[in-house]
Amino acid sequence: MWRYFAPAGAFLALGALFGLALWKIGAGKLDIREIKSPLIGKPAPAFVLPSLTDPARQVDSRTLAGKPYLFNVWGTWCGECRAEHSALLAIARMNSVQLIGLDWKDDHQEAVAYLASLGNPYAEVAADNDGRTAINWGVYGAPETFLVSADGIVLEKHIGAISMAIWQQKFAPHLKAGGPS
Amino acid sequence: MSRWLTLVVLALVTSAALAIDTEAAFPDAARQERYDRWIHELRCVQCQNAAIADSPVGLASDLRRQVREMIAAGQSDAQIKTFMTERYGDFVLYDPPLTARTYFLWAAPGLLLVVCVGFAVRVIVRRSKAPIDSDPEEPA
Repeated sequence: MWRYFAPAGAFLALGALFGLALWKIGAGKLDIREIKSPLIGKPAPAFVLPSLTDPARQVDSRTLAGKPYLFNVWGTWCGECRAEHSALLAIARMNSVQLIGLDWKDDHQEAVAYLASLGNPYAEVAADNDGRTAINWGVYGAPETFLVSADGIVLEKHIGAISMAIWQQKFAPHLKAGGPS
Repeated sequence: MSRWLTLVVLALVTSAALAIDTEAAFPDAARQERYDRWIHELRCVQCQNAAIADSPVGLASDLRRQVREMIAAGQSDAQIKTFMTERYGDFVLYDPPLTARTYFLWAAPGLLLVVCVGFAVRVIVRRSKAPIDSDPEEPA
């Protein structure tokens, strides 16, 4: 008898497994495109890039040491970046961490106009015109957001648009655990 | 007929113009061969189901440039591999290394073969033991 039910049982088990995975994807609990960053726990890649807001000045990652910062990769060509912009502004208003933007392979004029019209949540915006800094950070699709500790270690990475819920869940606990840094 | 032939010939001679990588080839064949091998070995992490050789997105062309520069600078295959996996993880490689996380992936074909052969042997042994004319469905 079992030989008739075994294939059906195996089919149901597989169906349950696939169904669970699909449900997780649908509920936003599983992102099959997400690649865990090998940078977590390692020193944040250094960069020296021209500032978007003042191209005569350079944004040097060494000057960021001593305070944690949220490193946000964006571009005006990126629709999801527009979607997360209000959350970035809200995070910046909380003053618990400074925001550093990386404007990834963007048109300078459009990027300046974008921040002028939507508001600028960033303490500094570095212009990565040739995309080399993005490669060093293992960026593969904007928006991506990294939390870097005061001693320059990558603590967390989020791929896709950030929201207040994601901030509270993934990023804020690191800042509390790290004490007054 | 001749129209079709013209179309086929045109498709063959123009396919080179459709190449995504428009950079000039290396002057020496050895470095070009290494470059070609690497751009087919690295996954375009943005599109995820294509090698960087076959992807038109900006990140793929940036990564091709990176490979080209590293080869031109005389860097070894190990150095290129380390550079890419330090940034993008093993997922960037189309040939995943054997690690604790990938044992099952590598062992799965062997395991499946063992299970299937075992099943086949069982069936064959049982059938060969059965008397030849014991099939009740067989008309007498």
